[in-house]
Amino acid sequence: MQEALLEVKQLKKHFPIEGGVLKQQVGTVKAVDGVTFTLHKGETFGLVGESGCGKSTTGRMLMRLLEPSEGEVLFDGKEMISLSKNEMRHLRKDIQMVFQDPFASLNPRHTVEKIIEEPLIVHKLGNKAERKKRVKELLEIVGLSSYHAKRYPHQFSGGQRQRIGIARALAVNPKLIIADEPVSALDVSIQAQVLNLLEDLQKELGLTYLFIAHDLGVVRHISDRVGVMYLGRIVEMADSEKLYLNSKHPYTQALLSAVPVPDPEYGKDRIILTGDVPSPSNPPSGCPFHTRCPKAMDVCSSVVPEFREIEPGHHTACHLYEEDHV
Amino acid sequence: MEQPVLNVSKLKTHFFTDDGEIPAVDSVDFHINKGEVLGIVGESGSGKSVTSLSIMQLIQAPGKVVGGEITYKGENLLTKSEKEMRKIRGNEIGMIFQEPMTSLNPVFRIGNQLIEGIRIHKKWNKKKAWEHAISILKLVGLPRAEELMNEYPHQLSGGMRQRVMIAMAMACDPEVLIADEPTTALDVTIQAQILELMKKLNRETNTSIILITHDLGVVAEICDRIVVMYSGKIVEQGNTKDIFQQPKHPYTIGLIESVPDVRVRKDRLYSIPGNVPKPGSIHKGCHFAPRCSFAFDKCFEEDPVLLDAGSNQQARCWLHEDEKKAAVLERVNS
Repeated sequence: MQEALLEVKQLKKHFPIEGGVLKQQVGTVKAVDGVTFTLHKGETFGLVGESGCGKSTTGRMLMRLLEPSEGEVLFDGKEMISLSKNEMRHLRKDIQMVFQDPFASLNPRHTVEKIIEEPLIVHKLGNKAERKKRVKELLEIVGLSSYHAKRYPHQFSGGQRQRIGIARALAVNPKLIIADEPVSALDVSIQAQVLNLLEDLQKELGLTYLFIAHDLGVVRHISDRVGVMYLGRIVEMADSEKLYLNSKHPYTQALLSAVPVPDPEYGKDRIILTGDVPSPSNPPSGCPFHTRCPKAMDVCSSVVPEFREIEPGHHTACHLYEEDHV
Repeated sequence: MEQPVLNVSKLKTHFFTDDGEIPAVDSVDFHINKGEVLGIVGESGSGKSVTSLSIMQLIQAPGKVVGGEITYKGENLLTKSEKEMRKIRGNEIGMIFQEPMTSLNPVFRIGNQLIEGIRIHKKWNKKKAWEHAISILKLVGLPRAEELMNEYPHQLSGGMRQRVMIAMAMACDPEVLIADEPTTALDVTIQAQILELMKKLNRETNTSIILITHDLGVVAEICDRIVVMYSGKIVEQGNTKDIFQQPKHPYTIGLIESVPDVRVRKDRLYSIPGNVPKPGSIHKGCHFAPRCSFAFDKCFEEDPVLLDAGSNQQARCWLHEDEKKAAVLERVNS
């Protein structure tokens, strides 16, 4: 049995909608509505979904950059939702984040050295000389050179900036890295470089990744296990290979068939979903996907399907796989 | 031989900045036939968007088209006055932009924005234009077309806004539709809907489409022919099928290999080393040579020309000067 590093149980985030002169609550946006998953040590867990499905909100809650409305998160067996701000700051030494936008996530007025050194100062690691040495080391690890330390972010290209972001996350020797769309702002040829770098670092340093992305090809490439989100819930979760070759949930199937494949000879029956993702402030009753689902049944509009294991290691929330309806 | 609808030859668009003159588009030649879908592929900074803006003559200072010819229906667009161009834009050549959020005016109703172009170009009265607009909205697959005409852009989702943009571009039956990254800002399931729509419009109205994108999957999906751009130049062109099967330029080979495929998992992704050069930073030799694993002496000395590479493909690479050298690529491809 693999050892769990992070356990997420029934995590929820509801944002209030305020309206009227008195700013009373007139509704709720259920951005994340009951997400449960476990991250094992040394693995990469991919979280995919379309915009607005709650994948980034989930990532931010795990860093406690957003306070969850409900639910439980255990890191290394310790409950972390109830930790105070100060205690949480200590814990962030073990959990670091890589952000999507390599332009907005680096302070333009700081040198690269200062940017990478900052987490070391916050966590009071080493003296000045040791920190400088560590920064140079980190730059080499992510494929930059030590002479880059004195430069400013605008002197680097997008791919190089993302490398700086990764070096900053690695500075404090974290156990878990939450990467929120780390390659989606990059060009294809640069994206491949950064993905390879992330894989190499995982092998060398034994890191665990939570990889949040919308690109299904990228997620398949990097993940050991994958969770597919729709309207604030995980609808299917399995080993990467299982999920891509034998997806069970109609949403996963439609999502996979919608991805354009770089091969003009590849013929396929595309499932084209009609309509748009419903608003999370007014989600459909029953299964949230039933309004667009090509296989919807009567029961789907009234009863919320349970998220259950249908094969060893393969979870899905769909009435099609519940015995009484098969 | 059929006359191409639009022919671009030796197009040069330079930007005059404080750092000097930067050739964003450097002597680009291509054509598009009636009813064809042409893909222009490239990474950021390759000059693909500047090329499309040059065709529409929407390049703003400090940029300027400094040379070449754009022939549409036998006439050179570059010699046309602004007044004459205005009759062509939207009427003869339509354009769709990447951002469906910012390309619509937020304070006007969809209907008013749609009929503006129709009334100017077709000189129809308001009622006739309004009815035509509704039929176009139905053509692009929007439900409740009549009601949508009275709604504002913020009431629509991203996918619906992009459909409105396509409707607007198609409203005057253009001969050529230029689509600049039309699906980049959209989710995959919505992207699939929009691509399907563009295929349908191309089939039914026989409109030629120039699709500008960085996504090789999208290109493989709908384009007949491809032009690959790198650092302001065309590095390879040919039929979609041939290019994906037998890419002839090392850059194209690397680009295709770097895409993580949703169907199979590769152990390790191929990646092109280095970064995309800043436009104007390379003065001598092939622009791709510093990142190319096949580069030899000549590549660093002399900028290659587009050479015939077999199976109707052309590649800007010195390897194709000599069959023996070109054989290296064959081996890589197999």
